[in-house]
Amino acid sequence: MKPTFYRSHVLICTGTGCKSSGASQIEAVLAKELEKHNLQDEIKVVETGCHGFCEKGPIMIVYPEGVFYCRVKPDDVGQIVEEHLLKGRIVDRLLYQELHTEASIPTYREIDFYKKQHRIVLANCGRIDPESIEEYIAVGGYEACGKALTEMTPEEVIAEVKSAGLRGRGGAGFPTGLKWELTRKTPSDKKYIICNADEGDPGAFMDRSLLEGDPHRIIEGMIIGAYAIGADEGYIYVRAEYPLAIHRLQIALNQARKYGLLGEDIFGSGFNFDLHIKKGAGAFVCGEETALMASIEGKRGMPRPKPPFPSVSGLWGKPTNINNVETFGNVPYIIKNGAEAFRSVGTEKSAGTKVFALTGKINNTGLVEVPMGMTLREVIYDIGGGVTGGKALKAVQIGGPSGGCIPAELLDIPIDYESLNEVGAMMGSGGMVVMDETTCMVDVARYFLQFTQSESCGKCTPCREGTKRMLEILDRICSGEGQPGDLELLEELGNHIKDTSLCQLGGSAPNPVLSTLRYFRDEYEAHINDKRCPANVCAGMGAPYVIDELTCIGCSLCARFCPMDAISGDKKKPHKIDPEQCIACGVCAGKCPVHAISQAS
Amino acid sequence: MACVCGNEKQTLEAYYEPLKKVLGAYPKDERYLIPILQDAQEKYGYLPQDILQGIANGLGISVSKVYGVATFYTQFHLKPRGRNVIRVCTGTACHVRGGAEVLKAIENELGIVGGGTTDDLEFTLETVACIGACGLAPVIMINDDTHGRVSPTSVKGILDSYRQKQQESAEKRIKIAQ
Repeated sequence: MKPTFYRSHVLICTGTGCKSSGASQIEAVLAKELEKHNLQDEIKVVETGCHGFCEKGPIMIVYPEGVFYCRVKPDDVGQIVEEHLLKGRIVDRLLYQELHTEASIPTYREIDFYKKQHRIVLANCGRIDPESIEEYIAVGGYEACGKALTEMTPEEVIAEVKSAGLRGRGGAGFPTGLKWELTRKTPSDKKYIICNADEGDPGAFMDRSLLEGDPHRIIEGMIIGAYAIGADEGYIYVRAEYPLAIHRLQIALNQARKYGLLGEDIFGSGFNFDLHIKKGAGAFVCGEETALMASIEGKRGMPRPKPPFPSVSGLWGKPTNINNVETFGNVPYIIKNGAEAFRSVGTEKSAGTKVFALTGKINNTGLVEVPMGMTLREVIYDIGGGVTGGKALKAVQIGGPSGGCIPAELLDIPIDYESLNEVGAMMGSGGMVVMDETTCMVDVARYFLQFTQSESCGKCTPCREGTKRMLEILDRICSGEGQPGDLELLEELGNHIKDTSLCQLGGSAPNPVLSTLRYFRDEYEAHINDKRCPANVCAGMGAPYVIDELTCIGCSLCARFCPMDAISGDKKKPHKIDPEQCIACGVCAGKCPVHAISQAS
Repeated sequence: MACVCGNEKQTLEAYYEPLKKVLGAYPKDERYLIPILQDAQEKYGYLPQDILQGIANGLGISVSKVYGVATFYTQFHLKPRGRNVIRVCTGTACHVRGGAEVLKAIENELGIVGGGTTDDLEFTLETVACIGACGLAPVIMINDDTHGRVSPTSVKGILDSYRQKQQESAEKRIKIAQ
């Protein structure tokens, strides 16, 4: 077969973010346009995984120049083909514009969002075709696997991972090497290795992007892990809500089997290993390792007490090792480049990088990978581009429903396991939600508790009943019926639930409440004592709203949106709210273009 | 009550045929219960009582066990669902960017609340914790399509486009029938 050399590669992001922004349409139009200009043998179109910059999707990158086009619409494709691909002229208007300078940035390496990132786990995401094992191998894939299986003993692999200081990226930060060693040391005829991809934290999508963008990396990490602990069978437990990730994993598994990377006698080392995909069925608690194993066994996904730990008695009573997707994603890098290289990034106790899903009221939402030890401020302002609409940052929520809210004044703490725990948050799986002054912290705490409460499996009393009682109190506070003593009761309940719950879902469920109580107590007090929501979020609280007659321009927008029809007035004349009818929902205040509406004091 | 599918002639045998196929694809072992439930739901749209019973018989386990698992996981539905399934993301990012208002707008538009199905079986409305497309918040999913940056005012237009699809295909069916 005659090898084809393409003069340009057009990479189209087909991660979930860009797909829902219309990437598939772009691709179809591009194929047509290329054919129209007879370029299909010169230009190769590659579907890649997530580039991380979902905010700007659909994203298209043209190599060799590395030109970064964002928010591409089907109508733009013709121009890209005619101007850039045919004539070599970059289409300026589709380039990324830096937020504060408004300068057009042609290549993505120069964009602030990417400049400060350090991509180890995400190195291939957006660079290779996730459905091609050849592309993964071409960038050095499965080299680490070959090295481990043919040149290293399992003990040496474990020693390397231990000395790299890799810690679990699923949240708690347990040393991965130690976990492997414990499983290795348990004698058994059968052992399992499991990849936990039951990413259920609202606001987190790094596992999804990694599986969609670079599935072979996870498979390679799992083969190395299986070799180290002596497992011959493995499971990848993925949420059923991630159909694309499952689809690409399935392709990757088939390719790996075909290449002899899974199956019997891998690399002639005598080591046998195969992997299965297990689709989750929608239960957040299955992210807890013992619940996850129960779910694989076909049962209700409920946690059980530990010990015995999975390393002693796990899946079907056999020693089992469970790691998170991102943890496995780090393993090939460590084996290939050595523990030293890995340790050179990050801090002493938290080596390497961490992937975060940056979302909420931030300009550049997306997926970022940063060295441990970077400050929150750098992540949010230098990479994330700051808060949307120039508003003031109030807090950053880290770690999802198990994590906590970090107030603006602590933005300069470094991101590592210990520092985050100290301030009452936790690394969690990596959701990072930015909140501004219009976010009510009591409402946020209630939101997270609502989530954990409804996801509580109901097995142990502290979590099942305790979270419910806490939620009732928060509901009361948010509807203006808080009582003195509520906050103390919340704290007492929260600490008891943390101490006595069976698993980490319950053990961390009170965190969002406790951390907001710690840093935003005044907001709680305003709700209880003044019956007022400082951020104007909690509806139906306190006094009716009033319109400032001097500021009102009579646009009647408020009247149109009032659910009670409580607002009246002639056009272009000051309007009035009937205090008898007003339910203090605050919708009018949010709609008023001149901020003339406020709550009566 | 006549069957909503309009097909009253379907025999019991034909009804159980898909289930038979699903059960046949797996070894008779309790550990395959969840994938079997997933496949069965895909075939039937939901998990009616007789299908749960059929699965229990097929695996040789009690129906209470099957029921226990089916009700534990949010993915499984024991009641019929609408032709279009709307999933409103109530994840953190969507919450912060106004997901609750979007949900309210859809509820008002359809006259049902989260978890409900319209009487004409056109729409089922669900809330999910996170779709994983936080970059586009607030997000809703209708069937397999993700709609990002949704606002309470854009809801009606989006829903209408699905109603239309339904109408068009209905018209097509009528034409073909004629």
